[in-house]
Amino acid sequence: MSTITLPENPPPLKAQSKNLDFYYGDFKALKSVSMPVYEHKVTALIGPSGCGKSTYLRCYNRMHDLYPGNRYVGEISLMPDGVNVLAPQVDAIEVRMRISMVFQKPNPFPKSIFENVAYGLRVRNERSRSFLEDRVEAALRGAALWEEVRDRLDEAGSNLSGGQQQRLCIARALATDPEIILFDEPTSALDPIATGAIEELIGELKQKVSILIVTHNMQQAARVSDYTAYMYLGELIEYGDTKDIFMKPKRKETEDYITGRFG
Amino acid sequence: MSDKHLSTQFDAELSGISNRVLEMGGLVESQVAQGIYALTHFSLETAEQVLKTEDRVNQMEVEIDRDLTAIIARRQPTARDLRLLIAVHKTIANLERVGDEAARIARIVQRLVNNGVSSRLPTFDLGVEADLAIAQLRKALDAFARLDTAKALEVLKQDDQIDREFEGLLRKLITYMMEDPRTISASIDLVFVAKAIERVGDHAKNLSEAIIYIVKGTDVRHASMEAVEDAVR
Repeated sequence: MSTITLPENPPPLKAQSKNLDFYYGDFKALKSVSMPVYEHKVTALIGPSGCGKSTYLRCYNRMHDLYPGNRYVGEISLMPDGVNVLAPQVDAIEVRMRISMVFQKPNPFPKSIFENVAYGLRVRNERSRSFLEDRVEAALRGAALWEEVRDRLDEAGSNLSGGQQQRLCIARALATDPEIILFDEPTSALDPIATGAIEELIGELKQKVSILIVTHNMQQAARVSDYTAYMYLGELIEYGDTKDIFMKPKRKETEDYITGRFG
Repeated sequence: MSDKHLSTQFDAELSGISNRVLEMGGLVESQVAQGIYALTHFSLETAEQVLKTEDRVNQMEVEIDRDLTAIIARRQPTARDLRLLIAVHKTIANLERVGDEAARIARIVQRLVNNGVSSRLPTFDLGVEADLAIAQLRKALDAFARLDTAKALEVLKQDDQIDREFEGLLRKLITYMMEDPRTISASIDLVFVAKAIERVGDHAKNLSEAIIYIVKGTDVRHASMEAVEDAVR
C-alpha cells in the first residue's frame, strides 16, 4: 500500500503512471506504481539498490523496449493529450523526442560537440543549417555550456571534462524541446563542483521542462526536488512534498531509510 | 528495520546529547529546589550554592549547542533526528532560564536576609507553588527521557494549577502589605519569587511542547488544547 500525499493545490499534471507493473521476463520489478509528475517541478525517486527506481524511470522513455522479454503492464499518460506512452502502437522514437534522458556516466556520441546536440534534430530530418545552428546554440545555452564551447563546436565531445560532457548530454537532451527530462543519477560520476553546477542547472531547467530524477544521494534529492518518492522492492512506499518527506515522513520505512537506520 | 543507525558513532552522538540534556535538567531542578529551601529557611549558605551552580549550567548550554551544531553540519540529519536536535536547542535554552530563575530567587533570599526580614513573612506559602512547579519540571524531564507524549500532555494540562497558585499568592501578599506597610519591600520581593516559580512552570510547558514535536512532528506551540490532544493521539 502506497502512502501518497498529494499537494492541496496541485500544480498542473505533466504525466502520471497508473498501476504500473513491469516484468524483466518472469521477475516482477515494479508493483502497481501510481504516481504523478507535476509540470515544471522536479520529482526525485529515492530508495536502496534494487528498489526499482531506475526501472521505473526507464519506462517513461521506453528504454526497456531495447531488450526482449521485458513487459509493461499499466499506463503512463503524458499530458496534455493523455497519450499512453507505453501503448505498443505509440512510436517509441516519438516518445523519446518528448521525454529525454540524461545518464549517470556522461555518454556523448563519438561526434563533434555540434553534432552531438544536433543529432536528435537530424533524426527528425531537420536539414536547414541556420535552424540547426540556432537550436544547438539555444540548447547549449540552456545547459550552461555555450560560453565554454562556442569557439570549438567542431571539436570532439569527448575532449570535454566530465562535468562539461554531462552538460553536453543535457544540451543534447534539450535540443528536441522535450517536455520531460529523465535524470538517472546524473552526478554520481562527477566531483562536488560539477555536481553543484548540474544541480543549479536542474533548478533553472525546471522552468521550461518537467524533471524526474533518480538519485542515490539523499541530500541531493532533498536539495533539488519539489516532490520525493521513496521506493522499496518495486513498490512505491511513500510520495509527498520533499520538505515533508525529509522533516516528517509518514511511513516508518521512509524515515528509517532517510535517517540511515538500515537495520 | 532497527532503531539504530548504521553509524554507531551517530547513535552515540545523539544519545550523548540527550543524556547531557537530562543532566542539565537535573541540575536546574535541584537549583530551584535549593532556592526555595533557602527562602523558607532563610539560608544564606544554600543561596550561595545555587549561585555557584549557575556557571556550570551556562557552560552546559554552550557546550550542548556547540555539539548539536556539529552533528547537524556533519550528519545532515533528517526527520526525527533533525527534530530531536532542533528541540534540544530550544530545551536547553529553557533549562538555562530555569537556572536563571533559581539564581534570581537566591539573590532575593540574600537581600531579604541581609535586610533583616521578619520571620512572619509568608515564605512558606510559596512552597506549595514551588512544589507544583518542580513536579512539572521533573515530569517534563521524565517525559523527555522516555519521549513520552502522554506525559508531556499532562504537563500542558496542569500548567493552569500553577497560574492559579500564583494568583492566590498575589492576593495574599497584597492583603499582607495593606495590613502592614512596613512589609511592602519584602513582600514585593516575594512577588518576584512567586513570579520566578511561575516561569519555571512555563519552561516545563515549553519542554513538553518540544517533546511532542520530536515524536509527532507537530509544532504545538500556541495551539489550542484540542489541537494538542489531536496531535498526541
